[in-house]
Amino acid sequence: MSLDIAVQGMQMLIVLALAPLLTGFVRKVKARLLRRQGPSVVQPYRDLRRLLGKEVVLAENASWLFRATPYLIFATTWVAAALVPTFATGLLFSWSADLIAIVALLAGARFFLALAGMEIGTSFGGIGSSREVMIASLAEPAMIMIIFTLALIAGSTQLSTIADVLASSGVGLRVSLGLALVALIMVALAENSRIPVDNPATHLELTMVHEAMVLEYSGRHLAVIELAASLKLLLYVSLIACVFLPWQLAPVGAGIAALAIGLASYIVKLAVGGALLALFETSIAKMRVFRVPDFLGAGLMLGLLATLLLFVTRSF
Amino acid sequence: MSTAFVLACVGGLLATSVVAIVGGRRPVATLFVYSASFAISLLLLVSALSDLIGGETQGDTLVLPLGIPWIGAHFRVDALSAFFLSVLNLGTASASFYGLGYGRHEVVPERTLPFYPAFLAGMNLVLIADDAFTFLLSWEFMSLSSWALVMAHHRDGDNARAGYVYIVMASAGTLALLLAFGLLAGPDGFYSFTAIRAGGLTPVMAALVLGLVLLGAGSKAGLVPLHVWLPLAHPAAPSHVSALMSGVMTKVAVYAFIRIVFDLVGTIEWWWATLVLALGGITAVMGVLYALMQHDLKRLLAYHTVENIGIIYIGLGLALAFRTNGMTGAAALALTAALFHVFNHSVFKSLLFLGSGAILSATGERDLERLGGLIHRMPQTAFVFLVGCVAISALPPLNGFVSEWLTFQAILLSPDLPQWDLKILVPAVGALLALSAALAAACFVKAFGVTFLGRARSTAAGAANEVDLFSRTAMFVLALLCLLAGIFPGFVIDGLAPAVGGLAGARMPVQGVSPWLSIVPISQSRSSYNGLLVFAFIAASGSIAAFAIHRFASRAVRRAPAWDCGFPDASPATQYTAGSFAQPIRRVFGTSVFHARERVDMPAPGDMRPAHFVVELRDLVWDSLYQPITGGLAVVSERLNHYQFLTIRQYLSIVFAALVGLLLVLALWQ
Repeated sequence: MSLDIAVQGMQMLIVLALAPLLTGFVRKVKARLLRRQGPSVVQPYRDLRRLLGKEVVLAENASWLFRATPYLIFATTWVAAALVPTFATGLLFSWSADLIAIVALLAGARFFLALAGMEIGTSFGGIGSSREVMIASLAEPAMIMIIFTLALIAGSTQLSTIADVLASSGVGLRVSLGLALVALIMVALAENSRIPVDNPATHLELTMVHEAMVLEYSGRHLAVIELAASLKLLLYVSLIACVFLPWQLAPVGAGIAALAIGLASYIVKLAVGGALLALFETSIAKMRVFRVPDFLGAGLMLGLLATLLLFVTRSF
Repeated sequence: MSTAFVLACVGGLLATSVVAIVGGRRPVATLFVYSASFAISLLLLVSALSDLIGGETQGDTLVLPLGIPWIGAHFRVDALSAFFLSVLNLGTASASFYGLGYGRHEVVPERTLPFYPAFLAGMNLVLIADDAFTFLLSWEFMSLSSWALVMAHHRDGDNARAGYVYIVMASAGTLALLLAFGLLAGPDGFYSFTAIRAGGLTPVMAALVLGLVLLGAGSKAGLVPLHVWLPLAHPAAPSHVSALMSGVMTKVAVYAFIRIVFDLVGTIEWWWATLVLALGGITAVMGVLYALMQHDLKRLLAYHTVENIGIIYIGLGLALAFRTNGMTGAAALALTAALFHVFNHSVFKSLLFLGSGAILSATGERDLERLGGLIHRMPQTAFVFLVGCVAISALPPLNGFVSEWLTFQAILLSPDLPQWDLKILVPAVGALLALSAALAAACFVKAFGVTFLGRARSTAAGAANEVDLFSRTAMFVLALLCLLAGIFPGFVIDGLAPAVGGLAGARMPVQGVSPWLSIVPISQSRSSYNGLLVFAFIAASGSIAAFAIHRFASRAVRRAPAWDCGFPDASPATQYTAGSFAQPIRRVFGTSVFHARERVDMPAPGDMRPAHFVVELRDLVWDSLYQPITGGLAVVSERLNHYQFLTIRQYLSIVFAALVGLLLVLALWQ
């Protein structure tokens, strides 16, 4: 029991500690691919420290909701990230929310972020919010379809069970899993505001979505939101790793050695995921905002197709 | 609870109605009507809840010597009635309490007060009626009293048209139900529900009955394409009545559907489930898309009722599919999901309509484009409205998420269904459900963001003041219920068990005893959800983060003008509006669903006339279904009008021809 609590607590702290590192790593790899030196991988930690120490400059008509939102977003994202198996399955509290609930928690974070974008009454905030909800209105159903696919294969919507089933050799290669993987990557790119859907590095452009919503935030509020965004990226990489590369995950009640192996392989998986993301982002251009529905619609259709295949026969 | 007690309460409501007629427009009449309605609703709520929790499910049948002489009026309260009675009276109690404050602003109270208790009485009577005649009579009483409430402000703009469309649709619905009961009663005229249950129906008859019930109960509930009256009529009534019509009266229609299809008809063919499922899925998505295009707050909420009815019918369709295939456990899960959503929707939709009433009475506006910044002027209303928005957007840890989660779990059981049509339809309906949930969140970001956030778009919105204590209390209680039902869903599911068990043939596992109060529909390894822990985790990690940052980092705050990338514009007109917020979604979905067209009229440089941007939306349901009907009726009546101006000789020859014709028919018939 005490080990379980320790593992769950470690999970919460590890995701929090590794999230900025993953963001810094992706930025570093991207810079190197572009033949730039790039900032150090620990730069996001320095940014966070600097922002946390600064005073908050609040717009004159900011309300209590504007001030509470960063903490709400951070809390829901952190809880969601803590429930995804990273290095061990069967976490102590993993049964308190299944994959549908994890996705709904992220939707809650987005709901409040979009509200914060409208809070001050500036046109940039509004444009960000309205585009964000348009993207979400297609990304979320696609995600639900992916969950259906996984749940039908594993007979469960619990992530730990799904990872266990997929790690067992009985599943094998399936068409539906392939479709779900492609759809999940598309959704993950959109959810994390990455190229080609949104560009995390731009400012002052009419194409921006996420950055436009957080434009009015400063100081510690901005730090918390940035940390939540890093957590979300880590969550999606962990999710893809846990479902599609479920090897070396420490099972319930595993010893210290298994946990250490799980942790080491988790870090390797994160590094591979981050490097692939950077490679993908440097090799593709950002698309126009109104091409995004086509992109996500394709994701939705792939997810629906995968689910339909499984409804027709369990063996695809 | 004895049936006699409910009847006594209904009598009390009717008596209140009579007193209200005598009271006229005196302020004391407002006070009396709403406090009496509140007290009676509370009594009914408590007794219905104690029935549900106490497990007293087989109510006694009471026969009153009313109505058709040799039949009498039958009344009975079973578990299903008790559940719907508690949903109904929860809504009416909160609306009545709200009315104590809100009703004081009423300009013509004598047009509302007599009909309000009568409306409550009608709804209660529908739920306890135990024979066809009483049911139809109460149904029509409910329709007419609510029609009178819709017409309370009959001089305002479109209200007269709303009332007209409503009365036509309500009459057509009642006609469909009348025919349905006619078929159910059979040639021998079994009017009491007990006799109808005993008499079997041929499959063709059952199919006809189901079609008629879908028309009759579906039009009252707001199934697409029968929803057209709903977004007109619900917003036209005073806001607490809107809350009742949207939050509660649509549930009475759902009750009628469940009572007839699940209880009275008995066995049905599986393919009826496909129809209900498809209608539910289409209704859910169409309802929310319509809502996204609205900028009238109350009409937006009314369209969301259409969406939620769709979600409820998806659950009901799944339950039918499972039940006809003998999968009772899965049927229980799907039916629980549907009934849970019935409860949830009545709570948060009442809350949101009461909130819109608060905004209306504080600003005189329900057009989103003239609101804004109300979170500063009405912080408490803003808070409860936000709770309602989060709940209806199906976000954890509030209650809306739980019922959608249960529906998703039911969908995941459906690959075991044997029929291919269902196997292919159910995932598509699942995708529609997910799409409607995501769009609902988008819509409520718009509704809350444009109304409460940003800067005031009119002077009325800038000068608004918080509403009275009665209104706020009613809204706070409903908001609290959204939270409680979200973090303790197990108790709600257990409370539903008697009603579900009687209809689905099984019940869900007892939830109240599971560790940490999680809900486990089938088994722990398959799926579980714990709203309490999720809520506690969010609250704990959020407050720990806030505390740590304020303690160890910085807590300094400076107020400054908005940044807006260095180009802040002083005019509130530069903010995003409801129309511009919905523009991306309108482009994605609206071009096909609404034939949305945007026209930009940009004058040439040097030209002094203003630029124009016009959006045209078409309501395809209205254009392709109702226009031909109304057009055809107009043509026919134009033709028939000719017979009004005949001479006496011509009339006599028509009478003679009709007589001969009838005799010929009779002769051929024999």
